[in-house]
Amino acid sequence: MSFINYMAREINCKIVYYGPGLCGKTTNLQYIYERTNPSAKGKLISLATETERTLFFDFLPLSLGEIRGFKARFQLYTVPGQVFYDASRKLILKGVDGVVFVADSQIERAEANIESIENLKTNLAEQGYSLEKLPFVMQYNKRDLPNVAEVAELRELLNPTGIPEFEAVARTGVGVFETLKAVAKLVLTELRKGGG
Amino acid sequence: MAKDQMVMYEEEFNQIQLVVDKLVKDANAKVVFIVDKNGQLIAAAGDVDNLDTTSLASLTAGNIAATGGMAKLLREEEFATQFHEGSKQNVHIQLVGNRVILVVIFDSRSSLGLVRLRVKKASEELNKIFESLLKKVQEPGADTPFGEITDEDIDNLFND
Repeated sequence: MSFINYMAREINCKIVYYGPGLCGKTTNLQYIYERTNPSAKGKLISLATETERTLFFDFLPLSLGEIRGFKARFQLYTVPGQVFYDASRKLILKGVDGVVFVADSQIERAEANIESIENLKTNLAEQGYSLEKLPFVMQYNKRDLPNVAEVAELRELLNPTGIPEFEAVARTGVGVFETLKAVAKLVLTELRKGGG
Repeated sequence: MAKDQMVMYEEEFNQIQLVVDKLVKDANAKVVFIVDKNGQLIAAAGDVDNLDTTSLASLTAGNIAATGGMAKLLREEEFATQFHEGSKQNVHIQLVGNRVILVVIFDSRSSLGLVRLRVKKASEELNKIFESLLKKVQEPGADTPFGEITDEDIDNLFND
């Protein structure tokens, strides 16, 4: 649910990074935070456990510039990936405008990826959304690791409908901004349709 | 999803700002702000210059969402009021009309009783404003200014 503020001449949109535990959602946000001009970003907030696992969410506000006289502001959230934090994941999806699914490319995480994307569909459905109608992009992360599945395999498992997809190494930033730009474009395009 | 669209117009914004400005004075508060349930800051008043209101807005919404989740598990409709007591500052959080969140930050110059009293009055006023705002947004013809953005407009945003 985007928020159009005529008074402040702002449009605010919410983007959620979803995916299995340890797939690199927080790493995506950390990289964006490090590489963004200080004037265009707010604080990166991480509600994490002592071992740096996301407990509730990470949050990063970004300003992307102006569009038709309105400041385009994006609020990036991650969900906690671990299975038992499902109640929290549901809360964070409320009012979402666009979703990035961060898949862990390692062969042994195939099942965790599938479980997580199914969980995303279920949780969106509970809020009355459907993944088919939402701006949605796919990121295959950790492409630098030795034990990764082929992209074609991952595509078959996770992206049968052919949404925009990106190979990434979030730790070094490969593919991170490409993914963000793609989802932001889809969100803005959706606004044009008057859907936002 | 158009039914969920949150829109703020100048007229309603000014009315809301009047309510929060008044609440700062009436409750002897340091800061008052209003956030929607998705964490977007709507209005703020008081000593906000050195405050990261964007982060506070997001955390407040997360807090309300978590409390709402607890309420659901306990078969309560909602826990509409929260109070956080610190050593120097306190935070009073009130859900208004199940739509927006009214946050009051105050110190020893005020008291919980006074804040509660003033928040109650302000909530009623805010509820009326947001109800009329909602009606306005749902009226046919309330179109978005983004109907005519072009691919070029969108691409221009990303020219680093």
